[in-house]
Amino acid sequence: MGFLDIQNVTKSYGAVEVLHRVDIDVQEGEFLVLVGPSGCGKSTLLNMIAGLEGITSGDISIKGRVINGVHPSKRNIAMVFQSYALYPNMTVGQNMTFGLEMHGVPKPERNAALKDVAKLLQIENLLDRKPGQLSGGQRQRVAMGRALVRNPDVFLFDEPLSNLDAKLRVDMRTEIKKLHEKLKTTIVYVTHDQIEAMTLSTRIAVMYQGFVQQLGTPKEIYDTPANVYVATFMGSPAMNVLPSRVVMHDGTSYAQIKDANGADLLLKFSQANMAQWAGKEILLGIRPESITDPDGADRNSGNIVSLRNRIGVTEPAGADTFVTMELCGKDIIARMRADANVGAGQEFDFAINMDKAVVFDPKTEERIAP
Amino acid sequence: MSAITQDTAIRTGRVTRMLIYVTLLVFTLFYLLPLFVMVVNSLKPLSEITGGNMMSLPKTWTIEPWRQAWSSAQIGVEPTGLKPYFINSILMVVPAVAISTVLGALNGYVLTKWSFRGDKIIFGLLLLSCFIPFQIVLIPMATVLGKLGLAGSIPGLILVHVVYGIGFSTLYYRNYYASFPTELVRAAMIDGAGFFRIFWRIMLPISGPITVVCIIWQFTNIWNDFLFGASFGGQIQPMTVALNNLVQSSTGVKEYNVHFAGAILAALPTLLVYIVAGRYFVRGLMAGSVKG
Amino acid sequence: MTTTVQMDFRTRLQNWIPKLVLAPSLGVIMVFVYGFIVYTVYLSFTNSKILPSYDLVGMANYTKLFQLPAWTLAITNLAIFASLYIVISIAIGLTLAIFLDQKIRGEGVLRPIFLYPMALSFIVTGTAWKWLLDPGIGIEHTMHLWGWASFHFDWIKNSKYAIYTVVLAAVWQTSGFVMAMFLAGLRGIDNEILKAAQIDGASNWNLYWRIIIPQLRPAFLSSFVILSHLAIKSYDLIIALTGGGPGRSTELPATFMYSYTFTRNEMGVGAASAVIMLMTIAAIMIPYLYAELKEVK
Repeated sequence: MGFLDIQNVTKSYGAVEVLHRVDIDVQEGEFLVLVGPSGCGKSTLLNMIAGLEGITSGDISIKGRVINGVHPSKRNIAMVFQSYALYPNMTVGQNMTFGLEMHGVPKPERNAALKDVAKLLQIENLLDRKPGQLSGGQRQRVAMGRALVRNPDVFLFDEPLSNLDAKLRVDMRTEIKKLHEKLKTTIVYVTHDQIEAMTLSTRIAVMYQGFVQQLGTPKEIYDTPANVYVATFMGSPAMNVLPSRVVMHDGTSYAQIKDANGADLLLKFSQANMAQWAGKEILLGIRPESITDPDGADRNSGNIVSLRNRIGVTEPAGADTFVTMELCGKDIIARMRADANVGAGQEFDFAINMDKAVVFDPKTEERIAP
Repeated sequence: MSAITQDTAIRTGRVTRMLIYVTLLVFTLFYLLPLFVMVVNSLKPLSEITGGNMMSLPKTWTIEPWRQAWSSAQIGVEPTGLKPYFINSILMVVPAVAISTVLGALNGYVLTKWSFRGDKIIFGLLLLSCFIPFQIVLIPMATVLGKLGLAGSIPGLILVHVVYGIGFSTLYYRNYYASFPTELVRAAMIDGAGFFRIFWRIMLPISGPITVVCIIWQFTNIWNDFLFGASFGGQIQPMTVALNNLVQSSTGVKEYNVHFAGAILAALPTLLVYIVAGRYFVRGLMAGSVKG
Repeated sequence: MTTTVQMDFRTRLQNWIPKLVLAPSLGVIMVFVYGFIVYTVYLSFTNSKILPSYDLVGMANYTKLFQLPAWTLAITNLAIFASLYIVISIAIGLTLAIFLDQKIRGEGVLRPIFLYPMALSFIVTGTAWKWLLDPGIGIEHTMHLWGWASFHFDWIKNSKYAIYTVVLAAVWQTSGFVMAMFLAGLRGIDNEILKAAQIDGASNWNLYWRIIIPQLRPAFLSSFVILSHLAIKSYDLIIALTGGGPGRSTELPATFMYSYTFTRNEMGVGAASAVIMLMTIAAIMIPYLYAELKEVK
């Protein structure tokens, strides 16, 4: 039994089911991120936890109390919205204490809580301003402050950083993380940004088409994605997925692929269980950072395969240089050290770390190894 | 090559500009002419009008026509002047504007922030009601007001104007509230505020601009109404009806100067609103024409 | 564990309040607008005279209506009045808007002058123009006094031309408003498009004719709808300006409906004429509103 329990929850609009049997247990102090493309159902799920949308079937409970049908204000939750939803007619201070006022908390207590939170977020000097006079980052802080003042059981964040510019977004991300580590609050956080999901969360639920595709720690999600969708959604640039076939030589299993000239290449598997797929089609998933120049290859890997192929385009990105090449008729992205000596059109020796390869069933797109 | 940086990219020649200014001047005269004639002639003795030039300034300035129009001119059969009718209009306009504005604000709030199945159809019905020709409701309205005992009374006229004003006031508030994120209401719900508290504490304080627009629109429309006043006013006539009676009366000498003074008196409240809050007036007109 | 979702009392109450708040307005509109429309439509099929009667007579009122010369005259007048009123108002409004958009000095003074007639009652407008157009004391008289003895302008007394004086007064009242709508449209056009067109070598004429005016489509549409709506409803202006005369030469459907219903005691015919008016407006408004609302979604 978790702190926040989502059990078998579905949501339908008329005959259309938009959320299918979601089961998530959130422990106290956990930072759960719901991530997925728009329309995947993540915001609907968050609104159902908040009580802003009804539950079609299933149960949501906080601290063991079922809260289906309980009014949002009685669930002891607080929410930070994408648009911040600051009341434009009230000062920052009034915004932050409105919820306490509505719950009948006496004024001295309200002011004490306000003072603490304002200090924590370093917005003491803004308390008398109106939201219209604040910058985007300041509004964001105030919105969080409004949630913190309530001292709720669960914090809900609905894409809180998506209205900020790129640099501020990174700063606020760090700040949210610091805040969570300091306060150990329970957070459910919705975003479509997989980097936010990876950096902030203690666990991630990747959602797509109303299903939770995978629930796990960031490392689990990244290294052992449950299916091709999760594999390609998480990580940037996306994981390379190659149509391939398993072949056996002397009791060892290899993935057979074609290079840019159409010649067959064999990549030795690190995984032991591939023999049962001998002769069958598979999808081979390799992240860009597992395809490098030979000097950049991971020293701890037990299975670096060298592969000579023609370079397509090079894209120096400062810290790294991304290189495309063609394998099995698809553009494959490799991630080189910044000073790797590569040029378009060259034949080059790529180093592939097969320890990190992920294998999927081409029919179900589910992971079969590791 | 620096000329491109100017705001409007269109450049006009000297002759074109002359023509533009002349045209604008001609139209300025066209729009000002009736007002000028009304004001000037309301300040002349009658003899100067019938014997003289309508466009010339008064030789003898007098406010006698204004005094007469206000308190002693013959309206229908009584020599009461326009004063009692002015008061009728005020008594009718103020409650009608207040009620229709409050209802419009509440309706707009519900339709944007508490949407439910079928709310679009309800809004459509309210919106369509703005645009019916009032002739279609005259006959049953006369019957119903009679049955309710409200025919020829101020409350009767208030009822009529509220009923046919709700559509527009709802339209205004709906469009205005739609521009605020629904998240605002959701945040307040989580904070523990209910329907009316959210309206009172969150929505109403931000409604200033649209309330001004709505009040101006309703005030102008109801003050300027003639059809309902003439049809249902009975003895309780509003200003417009009284002015028409004054001007159309066929008995005695036509006292043009008094008529002009009366016309200005009837126009004064709305003109005043226009001068004081013209910006909002225009916004109201536009909002009534361009849906959102 | 429960699977059916039970709302607490507060949540259920909060679900009902919005509907309860909306209910009075909706009720009033359903009775006083839609109910009344149904009632008037019903009356138009009865032999109501001075009082409503419920004896159905089929299409008799409509047949009678379209045989009445007064009605034929009223709709002919409406056709003349509406088409001239709409075309001239839009022409003047567009011209003034384009001219005002040329960085005119004193725009802030001119705009309110063009627009103020919209604040007036049609009764005031009618009264003012009635005297201005009166040959005995108005413009004709003034021109004579200024020495232009042959000047002749007595349309308001001439049953052939009186309808055009209605157009004049109505244009005076609303063309400034049309100007404001076009001006808003012009100010909303992306400046970069104009710069691009100039770089393409478009002359001012081409710029307006080919690039700008086509982008004012929404303003044209709104103007057309509002003006036609005003034209069909026009009642006060006729009463104040011409009283429907000389003779019956400026009767419009709105004045026809009023006099047949309330002074000639032909309620059935009056109701039928009101129904025709409603249908005319509906034919214009419903597609427009539908399109507008669909765009906004």
